[in-house]
Amino acid sequence: MIKNRPLSPHLLIYRPMLSMTMSIVHRITGVALAFGMILLIWWFAAAATSDEYFNFVNGVFAHWFGRLVMFGFTWALLHHMLGGLRHFIWDTGRGFALNKVEWLVRANLIGSILLTVLIWIIGYGVRA
Amino acid sequence: MVAFALPQNSKLTPGKIWPIPAATNLREFKIYRWNPDDGQNPHVDTYTLDMDSCGPMVLDALIKIKNEQDPTLTFRRSCREGICGSCAMNIDGTNTLACLKACDDVKGPVKIYPLPHMAVVKDLVPDMTHFYAQHRSIEPWLKTSTPTPQAEWKQSESERALLDGLYECILCACCSTSCPSYWWNGDRYLGPAVLLQAYRWLIDSRDEATGDRLDNLEDPFRLYRCHTIMNCAKACPKGLSPAKAIAEIKKMMVERRV
Repeated sequence: MIKNRPLSPHLLIYRPMLSMTMSIVHRITGVALAFGMILLIWWFAAAATSDEYFNFVNGVFAHWFGRLVMFGFTWALLHHMLGGLRHFIWDTGRGFALNKVEWLVRANLIGSILLTVLIWIIGYGVRA
Repeated sequence: MVAFALPQNSKLTPGKIWPIPAATNLREFKIYRWNPDDGQNPHVDTYTLDMDSCGPMVLDALIKIKNEQDPTLTFRRSCREGICGSCAMNIDGTNTLACLKACDDVKGPVKIYPLPHMAVVKDLVPDMTHFYAQHRSIEPWLKTSTPTPQAEWKQSESERALLDGLYECILCACCSTSCPSYWWNGDRYLGPAVLLQAYRWLIDSRDEATGDRLDNLEDPFRLYRCHTIMNCAKACPKGLSPAKAIAEIKKMMVERRV
């Protein structure tokens, strides 16, 4: 009889909260960064291969889809970096009051978006 | 292991809609039901209550349903004032005590499930055996090696103050069963409640087994499956922060190495 006991519902009935979502986003951006590193290594390897190949890879990154991936990569990097700082603060035993928790996760999210946009504005500004 | 979908025998099916009383101030309660004796899958029944003749808390509503509509509805309850921890359940998407949760604080129908990711004994009653065994594993009692004093073990006011925010824990398991890490790795990860209890003994000035206690927790699963997701601190009906207690244990682990 005990074997037949059902498992009570969990993830699908639990109220979604920003703090919980940011935890899984931190992990997802970490995985995304690992793939981003492959692109970075591809770029370096192309530079070490030949002029033509380097230009080809640069062309891929300059394509609108390539830029979209780069934009996502920038955001993932900044989001994961700020998330790392957030976890570093918690690891020191600080910032556990619920209002501070809420502040930290919001600052992480808003900060990563603002910094990403800022870097791309600067990037386009330098090119112009 | 991470499994988002429920096992086949746990999938929810549509339940019964109970008769609506003749009244004006009505409230719907959607409640998880599972009967070990009928061989059916769990289902969600809908009860409608006249709130003019019902107490304010979710526990009052559950007792009213059991008394007046459906005596088979099964749940744990005792003190009705947030000190026994018996009526811990998932209400409106978060774990809390039914006796401390006001029906008016919920928008729309009041959805009630057992504590998440637990084996269900019946309806809202989860099997707590594993949770209690984990609590036992941290040896939650004073351990000393020096001779027992003639009177009591003494503690200064400031030493006693270190236990504030820890001793209030009633082991209701709201925090542990809110934790995704505990859902996926609860077989080996001790979970927020048990780790808060562990810290309560680690920080007790009278306890002399601090090193042994830390040795027992120094494990990739028992302690370090905590990823500071914070569901525990948000769920705790006593306003405690298991997340902070766990962070303090992790700090003790580092401090004893340097």
